[in-house]
Amino acid sequence: MMRAVLVLLAGFVGVAPAAATEAIVTGLSQNRVQITANFDGSEILIYGAVKRDAPAPLDAALEVIVTVEGPSTPLVIRRKEKVAGIWLNLSAVTIDAAPSFYAVATTGPLDKILSDTEDLRHHITLPQVIRAVGISAEAENAPDFTEALRRIRMEEDRYRIAERSVALTQETLFRTDVVLPANLTEGDYKVRLFILRGGAVIDSQERLIGVRKAGLERFLYNLAHQQPFLYGVISLLMAAVAGWAASAAFKFVRS
Amino acid sequence: MQIYLPIAEVSINAFLLLGLGGIVGFLSGMFGVGGGFLITPLLLFIGVPPGVAVATGANQVVASSISGMLVQMKRKGVDFRMGIVLLLGGFAGSFVGVKVFAWMTALGQIDLFVQLSYVVFLGLIGGMMFVESTRSLLRAHRAGGAAPIRRAHIHTWVHGLPLKMKFRASGLYVSVLPPAAVGAFVGFLAAIMGVGGGFILVPAMIYLLGMPTKVVIGTSLFQIIFVTGFTTIMHAINSQTVDMLLAFLLIVGGVIGAQIGARVSTRLKAEQLRILLAVLVLTVCFKIALDLLLQPSELFSVNPVVLP
Repeated sequence: MMRAVLVLLAGFVGVAPAAATEAIVTGLSQNRVQITANFDGSEILIYGAVKRDAPAPLDAALEVIVTVEGPSTPLVIRRKEKVAGIWLNLSAVTIDAAPSFYAVATTGPLDKILSDTEDLRHHITLPQVIRAVGISAEAENAPDFTEALRRIRMEEDRYRIAERSVALTQETLFRTDVVLPANLTEGDYKVRLFILRGGAVIDSQERLIGVRKAGLERFLYNLAHQQPFLYGVISLLMAAVAGWAASAAFKFVRS
Repeated sequence: MQIYLPIAEVSINAFLLLGLGGIVGFLSGMFGVGGGFLITPLLLFIGVPPGVAVATGANQVVASSISGMLVQMKRKGVDFRMGIVLLLGGFAGSFVGVKVFAWMTALGQIDLFVQLSYVVFLGLIGGMMFVESTRSLLRAHRAGGAAPIRRAHIHTWVHGLPLKMKFRASGLYVSVLPPAAVGAFVGFLAAIMGVGGGFILVPAMIYLLGMPTKVVIGTSLFQIIFVTGFTTIMHAINSQTVDMLLAFLLIVGGVIGAQIGARVSTRLKAEQLRILLAVLVLTVCFKIALDLLLQPSELFSVNPVVLP
């Protein structure tokens, strides 16, 4: 028994120092984003430093990857095909979860600084982030559908890959700006920071940015979901009053 | 000035929305159509999600229809009796329509079904109106500007039906069955196509029921107010897709546009008005038909999963 504990301890002592040689310390310029009526996007400064208790290894350069991920939802992707001269949605694929927003910022080209096994483990690149399990049974050429999702969302500026947009100073300090677009979905945005050497992740950290509607937006959203009938009636009343007011105002102007 | 819409969850220029509401309101006041067949495609075009576009479009149509109807009321252009008969038929039709909508959704072809309905009905009605109104305009022109004399009563099989009723404002004494049937048909289409149905109602009242053009617009607006009001509440309860802020901006633009439209319409001849409406209806029809026939630039579309 005692021997077993000793062996375990030895194992820990043997492994721990190697993992702890470099650790990551991070900060965000803000951890809350409020969506108000005049919300027009937001820029978040993500910064950090590498803490080490020994001199930096010289074998491979230090690289940094920062990801920002919006709340995920299930999606249906449909493809139009021509039937009897008419283009109609014929095949569809359901994606279990795809983020509403995803930005990757790195110090170098992703395929150079990140190995495939580490990507599989940490889900960093887009194909790893989009959960599309079992779609090949749903349609032919299933990969085309996830590719289309990636393409469409990139055009909408919802998915972004910004290689070399993280500034790294003396292998210690790093910073990057991530612009959150105006068309933001509410929820917790997960910020992940990785430091890597030779394609392998040395340390990582996770932080959250809470994106919430505020003020009038909050009020209307809550009302619509908690009191839907009342909300509908108020919408109609507003329509009726506005319709009447315009009519009355024009009458007043004319007379 | 960008404004973030709480339910649609997109940020859109407020003046663009005001202008859009204004244009649709103008047409609404001028022709007595709710403008649902215009506002919904336009909202989709500027990036509002489909569910929100349909539901909020309905809400905006309520406001512009009220604004337009008040102008018509002052002119005694609303046949309330006829409106109520149409409306009762309308609720029955929309009830059936909602069932069919759910059935088509389950089959997964609701988009195609809606688009085809648009093409078929807009095309038929636009074409018919265009031919008829051009003919009567030419006839009026040849007769030296004098409008052709129309007989007050042309007795057809319609007049043999039971349950007759006097519609004083329309100068009609007909069975309630044809208007109720027209109302039911419009209610059915309204539920499926997400529109008030004015573009069908207006020609149906003129050609099928023989109502004078003077009361057609006001009566059509009266019916549309209730059909779209019903739709708005149903959407608010079932899918929470009515965006009040979006509706507000569209409405402010819309009610002003409707007032101007209603006044412009009094300066135009009835035939001219009908030709213009026909052209508008045919344009929208053509656009939707092209979408079905031409290869889209993006074959794929990303849609949220609708939970049952």
